[in-house]
Amino acid sequence: MTGLAQAKSGAAGAGRFLPPPPLFLLQPILRRVVRRVAQLHPNLFDRLGPHCNARFVIDAAELPFVLLLVPDPENLIFRAVSRRGEPESDARIRGRFFDLLGLVDGAEDGDALFFSRELEITGNTEAVVCLRNALDDVEGSIAEDVAGLFGAPGRAILAALRRAGNRRGKSR
Amino acid sequence: MRPELICPAGTPAALRTAVDAGADAVYCGFKNATNARNFPGLNFTPEELAQGVQYAHARGAKVLLAVNSFPTAGRFDLWRDAVDTGARLGVDAVIVADIGVAAYVAERHPGLRLHLSVQAAASSPEAIRYYVREFGVRRVVLPRILTVAEIRQVKKEIPCEIETFIFGNHGLMVEGRCSLTNYVTGLSTNMDGVCSPAAQVHYDKEPDGCVATRLGDFTIDRFGPDEQAGYPTICKGRYHVPARDDAYYAFEEPVSLNLAELLPQLIEAGVEAFKIEGRQRSRAYVRQVVGNFRKAVDQVLAGEAPELADLVALTEGQKQTVGAFGSKKWR
Repeated sequence: MTGLAQAKSGAAGAGRFLPPPPLFLLQPILRRVVRRVAQLHPNLFDRLGPHCNARFVIDAAELPFVLLLVPDPENLIFRAVSRRGEPESDARIRGRFFDLLGLVDGAEDGDALFFSRELEITGNTEAVVCLRNALDDVEGSIAEDVAGLFGAPGRAILAALRRAGNRRGKSR
Repeated sequence: MRPELICPAGTPAALRTAVDAGADAVYCGFKNATNARNFPGLNFTPEELAQGVQYAHARGAKVLLAVNSFPTAGRFDLWRDAVDTGARLGVDAVIVADIGVAAYVAERHPGLRLHLSVQAAASSPEAIRYYVREFGVRRVVLPRILTVAEIRQVKKEIPCEIETFIFGNHGLMVEGRCSLTNYVTGLSTNMDGVCSPAAQVHYDKEPDGCVATRLGDFTIDRFGPDEQAGYPTICKGRYHVPARDDAYYAFEEPVSLNLAELLPQLIEAGVEAFKIEGRQRSRAYVRQVVGNFRKAVDQVLAGEAPELADLVALTEGQKQTVGAFGSKKWR
């Protein structure tokens, strides 16, 4: 079953507090990230089954853009998209940045986030369940894999994000 | 007696997490209808199970294979293959519910340990003795409907081990007999291994911030903006009925079982194994719940008062109960 629910009210529209970044600068980084994850964890796609062609929109509430993910090993897509031009999707996952980071870091339980209404999912629930299970079966931490791509600065940023996430977890 | 801690493994990564967190045994199933958690993206291929068995055995843990759904006519090969594959890969026991599957294990794999799944709903000494006598069942997983006092009494009257759930989903339907999902979706919890198939679950966000949960064509709950949520199962849904003004939980409430406080009584009653539910849950859940219960069980066995960590954040509806284990009047 899935863990999903709605992001709590404070998260709505939080993206407007950050200035929109130049998305074209993000795209090559995101492409590199998703290719690296696919290279390190090719078995991840097996658990997606028929949903590897699904279009997922991932909405971290604090960011001024959303992420589009198509986990097709033959044609991987992971890019930032303006909120104004959000593409059509099969499923949409919305939550706070640190909760989403915790999920890919293997530190958070999706069902618990659903029970507490910290996550919202709409669209194809089965595709989201497959994605959740595929990511959860990745040994170690995808977040660490990604951070490792950028060497010491990447690992330092991840460590800082984890500390911030822990502080937030303790305070809620 | 040192009771075993039996822990869920929905994926190979969860299996390794459970073993590393202190599981005495993990239970898991294949990626098909032969087990009662046949969810998309979950479970094991034979190759993954082989690696899991190797990992667990190298660290002194056992692997129990759930083959605990009910085969329908013409599909028995799937269950037979699951049992044969599990035996070939060296699993330590198979957990079965169906008497045909139990008979197959007893006849073809007499050396393979047989556990009776909660899905068999065997809760009386007479029923349990039948399975022991006919199929050589070594352990029964009791339905979550007995008090500790009743478990103690049952234990005196049966010639096999007892396993009880101690944490996780709190399903009090007659286990293995629930047809609610089948009625609504055409798929069976018991024969297809899928309760509330995700393909038929829909969350509809409404303009007022509420979220309606639908299973197939039926709305089964509607959560207000600040309400805790539960699983999208019919038994945990809220319904309007003529006798009530407001929608209410007609079957069960979204609440999880947590028997941490009853561990000393359960050990004293003779329970040989404690089961943690949650093959559909994440590695984070497995790590936290298994780690906490490992510590608590060890403390009880050492004669100490168990430190009971707060696991409520992981529970359905953010609520927990000792359910019928404490009293028949639990609800």
